[in-house]
Amino acid sequence: MPVVLENLGKRFGDGAPVLDDVNATIGKGEFVALLGASGCGKSTLLNIMAGLEVPTSGALEVPSDGAAFMFQDSALFPWLTARENVELALKLRGVGKAERRTKAGELLDLVHLAEAGDKRPHELSGGMRQRVALARSLAQDRQLLLMDEPFAALDAITRDLLHDELERIWKETGRTIVFVTHNVREAVRLGQRVLLLSSRPGRVVQEWNVTEEHRTDAGLAGQLTGVITARLREEIRRHAK
Amino acid sequence: MPNNSSPVAETPRATESPLVEPAESPLVEPVESPLVEPAGTRISASSISDHDSAGSVSEHEETRKVHAALTRSSTGSADLRELESGLDSLQSDAIRKARVDWSRILLPVAAVVVLIIIWQAYVSLGLKRRDLVPGPFDVAEQFGTLWAEGSLQEAVWTSLQRGLLGFLISVAIATPVGLLLAQVAPLRRAFGPLISGLQVLPSVAWVPAAIIWFGLTDATVYFVVFMGAIPSIINGLISGVDQIPPQYRSVGTVLGASRLQMAVQIILPAALPGYLSGLKQGWAFSWRSLMAAEIIAVGGTIGFGLGSMLNQGRDLADMTIVMSAILLILAVGILIELLVFAPIEKRLLQRRGLLSGSTR
Repeated sequence: MPVVLENLGKRFGDGAPVLDDVNATIGKGEFVALLGASGCGKSTLLNIMAGLEVPTSGALEVPSDGAAFMFQDSALFPWLTARENVELALKLRGVGKAERRTKAGELLDLVHLAEAGDKRPHELSGGMRQRVALARSLAQDRQLLLMDEPFAALDAITRDLLHDELERIWKETGRTIVFVTHNVREAVRLGQRVLLLSSRPGRVVQEWNVTEEHRTDAGLAGQLTGVITARLREEIRRHAK
Repeated sequence: MPNNSSPVAETPRATESPLVEPAESPLVEPVESPLVEPAGTRISASSISDHDSAGSVSEHEETRKVHAALTRSSTGSADLRELESGLDSLQSDAIRKARVDWSRILLPVAAVVVLIIIWQAYVSLGLKRRDLVPGPFDVAEQFGTLWAEGSLQEAVWTSLQRGLLGFLISVAIATPVGLLLAQVAPLRRAFGPLISGLQVLPSVAWVPAAIIWFGLTDATVYFVVFMGAIPSIINGLISGVDQIPPQYRSVGTVLGASRLQMAVQIILPAALPGYLSGLKQGWAFSWRSLMAAEIIAVGGTIGFGLGSMLNQGRDLADMTIVMSAILLILAVGILIELLVFAPIEKRLLQRRGLLSGSTR
């Protein structure tokens, strides 16, 4: 199991706990959508898995080589071209110079951006930037890929296409993906399993399996979306005063 | 054949289910080869032809409605590539061609001409003695004399050489120190206020001390230049580092950068715009400090620079020499800005897409 979370808790300073008693197991090659309303600590949980933050209690098991990470905004370096951004990830991994170039080319081709390699981030559209960021996180060559609302800032047309794109790449590369989102439809569209996180403190309250039928049958997917939305709203109502 | 994806079926799981949000308009897609399409979900073209006439591309091609946000909306890798390529070209800006903008050259020249005309007009009024306020032609004549003597070239060359060498050494010292201060919090807390203070202290204040320590040698001049330039470069670099979006560091950490790699590969290039304005200010400070040092410290092994020329003009009470020296000091400053810093800055900002909408 690449990721095991046991009774994980996190609080900042003396404040109320952000995460409390989070339990989850994520299998190799699995695509898990982590769903929750704002302030439920989904990003914190992801940062803990990435090693950017440390939990205050509980135990955590992640692959020893760490995880690749994709941020909400592409966080590409503006002084580098698309290709150089991907190459930097390879360089920091210790890949040799000649191999870097071919590998970066392959990765850009994987996200259908082979022609845009010499463009700088500001010359690319939001969707293209996120695809370069995806190529960069794949360049890290980690089994575990953590994604923090990577498509939240994109327009609906681009997002729909990137959902297909991500699913394709997940199948091609066999990564384990943990995908954080506050969009129920996105969670159902992408995840094999949807974990719902409660808010303040964050805790896994329910999970659903999404089958292959949900990928092709809009009615079935819509129904599941409705069920999850209802459960999510129940969580939100608990916080009404 | 299960009919759960057919629009004619009236089950709650059909595509017109009320759970499907109306905002997501259904896309019409041919169903040629979806990624992993279970054979059972295919429906015949005839069952939907009365609902959707646009989809009947050919008799053999089956079509169905797809709710883009909920299910797969493209039909395989080739289709996805084509769709993305279309969207990419729609969303990318057309390349704008840069033209030579003559107003950039003509306006500053016109401004200088206007100032010279005002100067000449003031002198022509004869309000002040001519030897106290010489006109532009008197100064131009003095320029010619100094050029013929060779002292003009010597002064400019001596000062420029010193200024540039002093500046380059300052950069070499200030850059690692600035990076270290910006990256190591206790060091910054300890020395930050001192360095900001040094920037406020006029570097002329170091001239007497430098003369006592080093005598009338080049070392005196360089010391004063360093004290002027180094703090401003350090401060520029630190403020550049402070303005780096915190996410860049997170990316560096996630990509597995070591401390040194983080500083060289990420922090330094990210801080480059701030660093560059620090360098510009550092150059201005070293040039100013150099002039101050040259005016005060004359003789010994210190050669003849522009500051020395200025001082000579005062000693001879020759206002035309003084004016010539001032104009030369100004001209060198402007030329360095125009020929060195402006192109570098423009290129830097352009590559990062930070130039649109500015009045440059």
